[in-house]
Amino acid sequence: MAAPGSEAGKHETWPLWEVFIRSSRGLSHVHAGSLHAPDAVMAVRNARDLYTRRGEGVSIWVVPSEQITTSDVDARGGFFESAEGKEFRHATYYTASEEVPHL
Amino acid sequence: MTTAEASAPTPEELEFQRLIDEDSRVEPTDWMPDAYRKTLVRQISQHAHSEIIGMQPEGNWITRAPSLKRKAILMAKVQDEAGHGLYLYSAAQTLGTTRDTMYEQLLSGAAKYSSIFNYTTPTWADMGSIGWLVDGAAICNQVPLCRASYGPYGRAMVRICKEESFHQRQGFEILLTLMRGSDEQRRMAQESVNRWYAPALMMFGPPDGESPNSQRSMAWKIKRFSNDDLRQRFVDMIVPQAEVLGVTLPDPDLKWNEERGHYDFGELDWDEFSEVLAGRGQANTIRLANRREAHEEGAWVREAARAYAARVDADCSALLEKVA
Repeated sequence: MAAPGSEAGKHETWPLWEVFIRSSRGLSHVHAGSLHAPDAVMAVRNARDLYTRRGEGVSIWVVPSEQITTSDVDARGGFFESAEGKEFRHATYYTASEEVPHL
Repeated sequence: MTTAEASAPTPEELEFQRLIDEDSRVEPTDWMPDAYRKTLVRQISQHAHSEIIGMQPEGNWITRAPSLKRKAILMAKVQDEAGHGLYLYSAAQTLGTTRDTMYEQLLSGAAKYSSIFNYTTPTWADMGSIGWLVDGAAICNQVPLCRASYGPYGRAMVRICKEESFHQRQGFEILLTLMRGSDEQRRMAQESVNRWYAPALMMFGPPDGESPNSQRSMAWKIKRFSNDDLRQRFVDMIVPQAEVLGVTLPDPDLKWNEERGHYDFGELDWDEFSEVLAGRGQANTIRLANRREAHEEGAWVREAARAYAARVDADCSALLEKVA
């Protein structure tokens, strides 16, 4: 996909879309790639031809690339800091219960 | 060298180098050296152009393929190539160059594509040789690119490699069917292999000594193996496959080297390579002319689709205003 917010994709013949595919029932839509299309309906059709030629999907989402908001890459250290150093959020942190069945 | 370059590396440069050293991936929003970006745009867009131009040698045979099944297979393969071109244009686009710009570069002749597609396909057997040898060589080249340091490129290559193995196998099957046929069919297959063997070997690019950019690309982990290493790997792969087919590879110097554990093979005609690269191959002119014609003749479709989208947009806005 294009770097969100970048100039790539603007001022082109057709706008850029991000494509998300659900490979089978019970699974989430996952980003597959991007493509150009004049409108949403054509984007879905192009996505079918481009990303599901071998039965890779049962459902497709398309989103205009310029509509995607991302976290600030330059500030990612601080942004994700609160998840760091908190091993106690993981089950593996608690070792006293090792060998005890069903725990 | 400017003073900035001579001074200590910036935090961005250090972070970039760390990603490369740790075999991690560089993503579109990361800082990267200009030369890295330029190299990638050039390499990925050339690869995309090759896929798009590469539809023509086979497109030539769709209407004349010997059965309905063969036509359907060939169409699927050509459709894959269009798809591969689009995956790659998307990957290159993440580096800040628009697809329209890359496309203009192809149509104006400013950008290169793989020389292999400037060879003609006079017989049906060429569909076999292209699949077996040309796609075989492409796979050799492309599998290591799945681990390229630039994330979007690697991801595009994973998708492409999954689809390429069908291409190679169907080519092999075409040749095998011909080799099990009449004398005339066997001759057709052998003549085709004779024509495609050397050009396929040259697809890996000039010898390492004459490929100055290779080393830098390897240091950046865009490229993982040298041209000569990949070429050797390919030769080692196809010799036993040729035996299964019963075709001879047109190289009198081709023989197993016990000491090296590889096949030795003869010198390639690099003058021919330069000639084709310079635009004097069998089909350079017609390939680009076809591409331009297709692009121009498709202009009204692109414009109509855009006009329709604009109209729907305007209608929706008007409706919303009324509701409000």
